[in-house]
Amino acid sequence: MSGKTLTENYDVVVVGAGHAGCEASLACARLGLSTIMFTVSVDSIALMPCNPNIGGSSKGHLVKELDALGGEMGKNIDKTFIQSKMLNCSKGPAVHSLRAQADKQAYSNEMRKTLENTENLTVKQGEITELLVENNEIVGVKTYSGATYLCKAVVLCTGTYLKARCIYGDISNYTGPNGLQAANYLTDSLKSLGIEMRRFKTGTPARIAGNSIDYSKMEEQFGDKKVVPFSFSTNPEDVQIEQKSCWLTYTNEKTHEIIRANLDRSPLYSGMIEGTGPRYCPSIEDKVVRFADKNRHQVFIEPEGLYTNEMYIGGMSSSLPEDVQYAMYRSVPGLENARIVKNAYAIEYDCINPRELYPTLEFKKIKGLFSAGQFNGSSGYEEAAAQGLIAGINAAMEIKGQEQLILDRSEAYIGVLIDDLVTKENNEPYRMMTSRAEYRLLLRQDNADLRLRKKGYQVGLIDEDTYQSILRKEELIEQEIARLEQATVGTSKEVQELLEKHGSTLLKSGTTLAELIRRPELTYEIIKPIDKNRPELPWDVQEQVDINIKYDGYIKRQMKQVEQFKKLEAKKIPENIDYSKVGSLRIEARQKLEAYRPVSIGQASRISGVSPADISVLLVYLGG
Amino acid sequence: MSTTIAAISTAVSSSGIGIIRISGPESMEVIDRIYRSKNGKKKIKEVSTHTIHYGYIYDKDELIDEVLVMIMKAPRTFTGEDTVEIDCHGGVFTCKKVLETVLKNGAKIAEPGEFTKRAFLNGRLDLSQAEAVMDVIQSKNEYALKSSMEQLKGSVHRAIKEIRSKLIYHIAYIESALDDPEHISLDGYAEELDSVVGDIQFQIKHLLDTAEDGKIMQEGIKTVILGKPNAGKSSLLNLMVGEEKAIVTDIAGTTRDILEEYISLHGITLRIIDTAGIRDTEDIVEKIGVNRAKQIADDADLILFVVDSSRKMDENDEMIIEMLQNKNAIVLYNKTDLESAVDIEMLQEKTGHPVIPISAKEERGIDELEEKIREMFFTGNISFNDEVYITNARHKEALREALESLNMVEKSIQMGMPEDFYSIDLMSAYENLGKITGESVGEDLVNEIFSKFCMGK
Repeated sequence: MSGKTLTENYDVVVVGAGHAGCEASLACARLGLSTIMFTVSVDSIALMPCNPNIGGSSKGHLVKELDALGGEMGKNIDKTFIQSKMLNCSKGPAVHSLRAQADKQAYSNEMRKTLENTENLTVKQGEITELLVENNEIVGVKTYSGATYLCKAVVLCTGTYLKARCIYGDISNYTGPNGLQAANYLTDSLKSLGIEMRRFKTGTPARIAGNSIDYSKMEEQFGDKKVVPFSFSTNPEDVQIEQKSCWLTYTNEKTHEIIRANLDRSPLYSGMIEGTGPRYCPSIEDKVVRFADKNRHQVFIEPEGLYTNEMYIGGMSSSLPEDVQYAMYRSVPGLENARIVKNAYAIEYDCINPRELYPTLEFKKIKGLFSAGQFNGSSGYEEAAAQGLIAGINAAMEIKGQEQLILDRSEAYIGVLIDDLVTKENNEPYRMMTSRAEYRLLLRQDNADLRLRKKGYQVGLIDEDTYQSILRKEELIEQEIARLEQATVGTSKEVQELLEKHGSTLLKSGTTLAELIRRPELTYEIIKPIDKNRPELPWDVQEQVDINIKYDGYIKRQMKQVEQFKKLEAKKIPENIDYSKVGSLRIEARQKLEAYRPVSIGQASRISGVSPADISVLLVYLGG
Repeated sequence: MSTTIAAISTAVSSSGIGIIRISGPESMEVIDRIYRSKNGKKKIKEVSTHTIHYGYIYDKDELIDEVLVMIMKAPRTFTGEDTVEIDCHGGVFTCKKVLETVLKNGAKIAEPGEFTKRAFLNGRLDLSQAEAVMDVIQSKNEYALKSSMEQLKGSVHRAIKEIRSKLIYHIAYIESALDDPEHISLDGYAEELDSVVGDIQFQIKHLLDTAEDGKIMQEGIKTVILGKPNAGKSSLLNLMVGEEKAIVTDIAGTTRDILEEYISLHGITLRIIDTAGIRDTEDIVEKIGVNRAKQIADDADLILFVVDSSRKMDENDEMIIEMLQNKNAIVLYNKTDLESAVDIEMLQEKTGHPVIPISAKEERGIDELEEKIREMFFTGNISFNDEVYITNARHKEALREALESLNMVEKSIQMGMPEDFYSIDLMSAYENLGKITGESVGEDLVNEIFSKFCMGK
């Protein structure tokens, strides 16, 4: 290389332009920092290399929370969805979850447009090959071409690109998803900085030409009649569009036979793939082996967008050889004449053990270095975006000398996600699940704005008007609940008739309206006719009133648990604590505490191998 | 420290009086709920601090014990919190009953070392004592864990494990349906769960009942009877067991691996170890081997060494005498009905333990033996750790809380609440039962979901 190279200065460098990279870049730029985002291909910004949807159980929650904090994903999918569904509608409000099918191309284009129109943000094609660190502090990055970008913070969002390898059958390509160029140098730079790398694996099903599919043999899956937007700032009127359908079909014994007969040709079983794959998103060969008693599995046929007739074959991800893929897909009703546009494949990539990170997503070892997304060992667009936003915000806060943002497990799914990543032993790509959130009755998608708008405002991503409107909303909810707890009805004919109409026990004496709402068969809406003094309230206020009164008992119980939880979270452990000086800790506990270096007693108590007695010992040590 | 905690704070067996200590912000409320003065009018909340009050402890309308209650308000107390001490009439049974009443009325069972910990955290102990406090916590905790596991009978352990695996299966089923509603349906599931929950409630109630009978936990002074073949061990055992005043808890029928017998002497329970060994072969050492016998002797709270006074001492006797070093032991100079071949004073000197002449055959000397044991017991020579009681109470509390959670599930089902509400309380039942078997939750649920249910794309 010649002596002359380019050198530029930025506040923040973001490596990667996937869902994490986009959120991190936008957050930093919007917070007024000069930001440059690197990607191996500017045409693959916000790419969705796997499933064509955003949201779903608990992931929908992440998007809503992200939106409340000032993130972009919710807005972007509202602009580009082609079908939308609220899942779990028959269940409690805590597990209602929004999922939208995206037009992938449109999603990518819209995000690119947003990035390009954001002040302080530069988008640049190029591969980052080296991190420049001085005195355990990040000072810049180097590109493949030798250019140096000096900066105060770096956010790594490399997704599945580090030393990526795509595999099916005995074919393997050293590329990122969709044939995109892999990033082959950064791993070594990270290793030389003392960061432990590991290898994870994931996979994707084939894409099939829509005009080769016989939909008459499948069940049509429609979107919701009334679409609810993801973003709190999207006007609900704007998302009532004509929607595309998805289709449902099933595998059968023949499919399974084909798979079983060719298992020895699968790279998963032959040992060619060394990475650890996720259990929640098993390949079809995995499902057939592990759930041998099931004689069929669901297959969802989902459009990739309006720009193409490619269909995503949900439920049948695979790394079997090409010929087996053809045979297997064609054994499924409706796919008899399927033409495969893109083969299914598994992908392996380098990532870190996220216990190297603080809950701010900054590396413990290197000040100013942050990371987010699949690089941190997670999986999923939403998980990535959520981390990207938090990493971006915290990089910005650090540079500005402001307090960093850590959401705890009682505040947001995002808090659960990050706490799990940095605290728990994790040996597969981590996916958000509703069962991981212990306080989920409080962490509903419907109240994400009430939970997080204020935090977004404090950080500087939410404007004054939005903040004021959330304060107003809170006040309205409080007033209306108080009114309903006071307002009484008697045994009048009108009341009894309404109760009878809804199969509810008749009143023997007077009661409050709130008590009526608590009855499972009644709602705030239903009792409107007998509520004579009801004020005109926006629908989202009404929704909160209904839920808060109806599930009052359960919610209060969880709030009590949260109180306990908060106490331990509030007990901070000094950063420089020397665990070898804490007498009476068991050896295992000492090693684990040393490896994770938790920030609070609460976090310490969640590390496996640290017992309640060890926590007591720590408390005593710190209490002195 | 927001919770109010309680525990038996005297080593239970070491004195005639047992003290239950309560500490925390609600101490006064708790004692008010269960204390009645002689005229029934005194309110503990109104009395001045550092005073003692005579009265009774009631569990609802059932009189538990006649007591003295000492009221000490914060901050001038050991823990620095509001503290109540109940002096009850001792006896293992009464102490436990009082403690349970306290627990039922709003206090939580204290963690091992928790009083000391609170004292330290509230600034009542010196900083230099921190290290000592930490040692206490860790060692008490280890002891409690160990004794907790030891106390749990195999069959109970298995029953709880079974219940837990049922619970986690159902939680995982609900959760996987919530996570992947398009693959897994919950239609009609509420009825199925209702009957499962009913079964489990029944099982836990049964466990609680047996806990009341003392069958779950094996308590008492761990006693081992040693002696060379034909020294008269089994006659002694039969005699002690056969006494009218003795109560025998025959638990051998429930599991084959328990080889113990329970004998109650005026409120003191002896737990005789390896009675089968004594009965079957008359030679415990021979049957189980020397090493194991040594181990048993090491574990024992009390050793009864039976000497055949009609035969000369041999190497068997010597070996046993070695085992008696630094142990609580009583030497039984048996077969006084026969001609003596052993000098009783020499025996006392050699063993360093009290010697009581008996004749198991003629049933003589048994009263003296019992008197001796009681004496040792009440003067505190023999004590077994209060932690044993703590863990017992903790087991029961955990069972009660698990049952309470299942009642909530039942209520949610009856009210027609959505399924996601069920799993919250099922989970807390699962967690509580885990406290008994010493298993934490960790990644159980996620693992169960992935191993039992086929999810995702």
